[in-house]
Amino acid sequence: MLAAKVIMDQGVDVEGVNFFTGFCVEGHTHAIREKQRTRPKRNNALWVAEQLGIKLHIVDVIEEYKDVLLNPKHGYGANMNPCLDCKVFMVKKAASLLLSRTGGREGAENIFMTDHDFDFIITGEVIGQRPKSQRKATMPIIASESGADDRLLRPLCAKLLPPTLPEREGWVDREALFDFSGRNRKPQIALAQSLGIEDWAQPAGGCCFLTDAQYSNKLVDLWKARGSREYELDDVMLLKVGRHIRPAPNFKLIIGRELGENRYLEGYRNTYTAMYATSHNGPLCLIDGDPGQEDLELAARILGRYGQGRAAESVTIRVDTPAGDSQELTVVPMTVDQIEESWNVGA
Amino acid sequence: MSELESLDARGLLCPLPVIRTQDKVRRMSTGATLEVKATDAGTLQDIPSWCRVHGHTLVASETVENESGGGLVYRFRIQVRGD
Repeated sequence: MLAAKVIMDQGVDVEGVNFFTGFCVEGHTHAIREKQRTRPKRNNALWVAEQLGIKLHIVDVIEEYKDVLLNPKHGYGANMNPCLDCKVFMVKKAASLLLSRTGGREGAENIFMTDHDFDFIITGEVIGQRPKSQRKATMPIIASESGADDRLLRPLCAKLLPPTLPEREGWVDREALFDFSGRNRKPQIALAQSLGIEDWAQPAGGCCFLTDAQYSNKLVDLWKARGSREYELDDVMLLKVGRHIRPAPNFKLIIGRELGENRYLEGYRNTYTAMYATSHNGPLCLIDGDPGQEDLELAARILGRYGQGRAAESVTIRVDTPAGDSQELTVVPMTVDQIEESWNVGA
Repeated sequence: MSELESLDARGLLCPLPVIRTQDKVRRMSTGATLEVKATDAGTLQDIPSWCRVHGHTLVASETVENESGGGLVYRFRIQVRGD
């Protein structure tokens, strides 16, 4: 938002591009969880675009992003976050869609309904703000590997980097750009206030599930259980929802933690075996994997722990398969001590 | 009579309803109308915002009961911008 505003204030036409990888924290999570109803349900990128008065193009890159996640040339960060490859991918994608120079702009008029030929790309990157992808050494890697080269301008730290084409050509005034560095965001906040920006979306980094240790553990667990690193959007979505408990390698439980999550899990009853208590109130649970009858009984005992029948002598759990088969299991709910810590996926 | 198309984005969560709307409108003619159905409450903010950002006209919006399953359906009628 800041980078765009700084460049717009120099009289340059700016449009936004936002990529949806499937791992975004914003949007989906807020849409699912009932407890976050008090927060504004909005797409922050769209909100920012509207505040700035610019167009925003949201691009679905779920399929293309798989290769970034599965085969990151530069490896992962602390978790399953391929941050440097991710930045290269996004700048490359933006360049291929927008810059006439790259030769990839054929059909862009249709794709983006834009009125402009774009000359350069800007990002809000700041040197040193992120340990993996926003270092002085990685800035040129992103520029070169994306193919954007010196048409990639980072207005917030431009003075710490060699002049780019738009600076050299005088399309933007380098002197009016900035030399921010490090993790401290006070300079950005001060700049925002000086530009009259009083509200802003969450800074980058906290917006990708792949930087989250628990989420990454769940993703790795999924791959391990399936013996394959293939995934679909529904897999990615379900890792964001519920309590994941794997008592055996061949199956896991996904248990809704609140009303919004239960409602969301309902949408998967046609593709997963579903379990819920009929004797007491309790959450909805999906079973991912290939459980046998004994496994279902174990799952029922675990699920009993998370409903209002947890202290009862027994609970009755209904099991519905996607094929339309149903059964009811009356079981003794597990105690908290009986649910092994190692079963909690992501912990 | 002007072109009328529909988009069923029920069950999709943010930002997919907006992306699907964007993709559909991209292929429509100026002055044509798109009717969007969604179940993500975030669309109440996002679809009108997307229309404003891109200069399309949100002709109407309403919230109705979901006829197939519980919950609410948000319906939007968008007129594709003129040049």
